[in-house]
Amino acid sequence: MTGATARARRPDPTGVAIAILMWGYAFIVLAPLALIVINSMRPSRQIFREPIALPESINLDSYVTAWGEASFSQYFSNSLVIVMASVVLAVAVSALAAYVLGRYSFRGSGLLAIFFLSGLLLPFRLAIMPLFLLLQDLGLVDSRLGLVLVYAATGVPFSVFILSAYFRQLPVELSEAARIDGAGEFTIFGRVMLPLVRPALATVAVFQFVPLWNDFFFPLVLLRSSEKWTLPVGMTRFFGEFQTDWSTLFAGIIITTLPLIIVFLIATKQIIAGLTAGIGKL
Amino acid sequence: MTVGKPSSARLTRPASGKGVGRVAPPWRILLLFLAPAFLLYTIFLIYPLAQALFFSFFEWKGTVRGAFVGFDNFSELFGRFPLNEQLPRAFIHNITFFLATMAIQVSLGLLFALLLHRPRRGRSFLRTTYVLPYMISPLIVGYVWALILNPTFGPFNSVLKDLGLDELARPWLGDPATAFPVVILVNAWFWLGFPMLLFAAGLSAIPEDFAEAARVDGASPWQVFRHVTFPLLIPVFGTVAILTFIYSFNVFGLVWALGGVDGGPVGSTDVLGLLFYRTAFTGGINAFGTASALAVVMFVAIFGVSMTARWWFRRLEGGIA
Repeated sequence: MTGATARARRPDPTGVAIAILMWGYAFIVLAPLALIVINSMRPSRQIFREPIALPESINLDSYVTAWGEASFSQYFSNSLVIVMASVVLAVAVSALAAYVLGRYSFRGSGLLAIFFLSGLLLPFRLAIMPLFLLLQDLGLVDSRLGLVLVYAATGVPFSVFILSAYFRQLPVELSEAARIDGAGEFTIFGRVMLPLVRPALATVAVFQFVPLWNDFFFPLVLLRSSEKWTLPVGMTRFFGEFQTDWSTLFAGIIITTLPLIIVFLIATKQIIAGLTAGIGKL
Repeated sequence: MTVGKPSSARLTRPASGKGVGRVAPPWRILLLFLAPAFLLYTIFLIYPLAQALFFSFFEWKGTVRGAFVGFDNFSELFGRFPLNEQLPRAFIHNITFFLATMAIQVSLGLLFALLLHRPRRGRSFLRTTYVLPYMISPLIVGYVWALILNPTFGPFNSVLKDLGLDELARPWLGDPATAFPVVILVNAWFWLGFPMLLFAAGLSAIPEDFAEAARVDGASPWQVFRHVTFPLLIPVFGTVAILTFIYSFNVFGLVWALGGVDGGPVGSTDVLGLLFYRTAFTGGINAFGTASALAVVMFVAIFGVSMTARWWFRRLEGGIA
């Protein structure tokens, strides 16, 4: 025994413990996700008999049921339209405001920046009842537009915060050159400055997509008719109706989650930048 | 049009001046840039939030505002059954949730951040994996684990049985003794990647020279962490604590999926978010009055505490620097 181990590379016990911990936790994260993917391809009967097993054959019937019968096609397109519109609106209005807040000092500019920034810490859900009445007065309860306006508003603080920091870093020479050529403020903004902050626009857009896609609270209160529901709200009815059809439940979970996983894997850098942007600022 | 300074001065100036040497455009133009964001944000968020305070002093008949009633809604909140029992219970659950989550992330989250700070095999895979659950909707996370922990068909209990640990198998979410701890652990599965990223960002902002200098002076890894890394991470702890606090008092979808709208079984998973929702939308004729009072109390708790914490951490940071 002594001879063999002495010759072999001496494993560092701490290193091994660390590796076990880290890969063990990765397993804890991935196992439930793998289970969902695998079980979405197995008939419910089999899942109930043997919760953990590989599919006997690839069976995508559950996805067909979830997409059609369980209305996921409807929820999915609602989510997509509402979230996209909200993100575009939020980024557009925020870019305008962030441009002047980032590039100029004027009376009240500091106060205004704080006003926008404070939104990062305000618990807006508590405003749901006045908001509900406001939207009712505007005829925007049970309307996708109403939800889009609320969502876009929630995106403003973060977008203004990030974008104004980016606008601030752009060299003065660029706008000055355009100004000497006779360009007005909107031309400088649209033609010169905006293209230069494109990476920041992407960060802000991607980063807002995630929480809006996942939001459950606002559509739960503000949308009444099921043909307008977004995925999370649709999910609550779905879980009641299909509680004995696990295969379809798993397929529905995948349909809801997959877009985000894809967005995350493609734009890991942007999302991580967004998640860590507030650090030291709060 | 003013060009400001001579060109030579402009060329040598660092390219980061905030509109240095330039006047802001006229108010008319500024207004056009600022108005859309300002109006959207003010009308749909700030104004309703301010109105919630106003609402809490009135009696409500459904969605119609009635007479001014002073603090009656507040005394109803703290004095009327069942709210007077549900409110403290939910509050204690939120606090427990916050403290437990902090304990998990300050140990495990910080440890993972430290371990991933140094190059190692699979580093970026591990980091992406740890953050992955944070991308999933809390509601979906709750549903996923509700299925996994299902007492009859759930894979979790079946794994326990396969391992010969039959006596450990139980209805995890059906038992008031285990339901809330399970909520906390499921949340940790979802949330841990986020504080880990914040710690990682904090770590990468610390110049390598500091730790290097300490090592040269003969400091052990623990001493380096204790006396160099840790003090420099204090601001990050502040941010993590404040964000976790806000999140803990907003938790909603996850608990809805695991315990239902009533925070079952028998209120063992009830939290302020669910209580607020129930009070506002299923709370009887004066629901808006009572729920607005609850909103004000929650606002003071969440915003007041996070602002105080922010001030305190700032001071702490100043003391160290």
